[in-house]
Amino acid sequence: MIEYIAYVLLAIGSVCSVIGAIGIVRFPDFYNRVHADTVVVVGGAMLLMLGAGISGGLDIFTVKAIVIALFVFITNPVSSHALARAAHKSGVKLWSKSVVDKLQEDKR
Amino acid sequence: MILLWVEIVAIAAIVICTIRAILGPTAPDRMVALDGVTALMIASLVILGAFYRVSMLLDIALVYALLSFLGTLAIAKYLEGRGVES
Repeated sequence: MIEYIAYVLLAIGSVCSVIGAIGIVRFPDFYNRVHADTVVVVGGAMLLMLGAGISGGLDIFTVKAIVIALFVFITNPVSSHALARAAHKSGVKLWSKSVVDKLQEDKR
Repeated sequence: MILLWVEIVAIAAIVICTIRAILGPTAPDRMVALDGVTALMIASLVILGAFYRVSMLLDIALVYALLSFLGTLAIAKYLEGRGVES
């Protein structure tokens, strides 16, 4: 029973990591690429870690894998937000078809 | 055996992310691509540890996750306020 849950998690994680990697390459500007990076980390890497952790039954290995997955899940939004804010402050342009920029409106 | 195929898929995603890290027009683009590469690298370390049942690889993955978080924050602080350059 637990192996089939692990297989489902590994399948969803593989699909999400490949789709997110293609999105990082294909998206038009920096802020859209941050969105694709979130798909890679939370949808791809975290589900891969959970699936690999429970693929061999429940033991101490599972606990360590869940701890690493939780750490990545908590710290990645912090670093992505810091990076996007730094890029906006240093003047990275939005895509020409983007419609709204709330941070720029707040600065004025 | 299925873990090895998942490992191959994760390495393929790392290679696709590396394309953007090489091409990226600005420095934050490269940093976002490197963020994805480090997350997939941590996941592939955990998968390899689950395949060989080596618990030491999980300790390496935990330290790598901590160092990549601190490194991304330090580089974001360094990029803040600099102009755009390629």
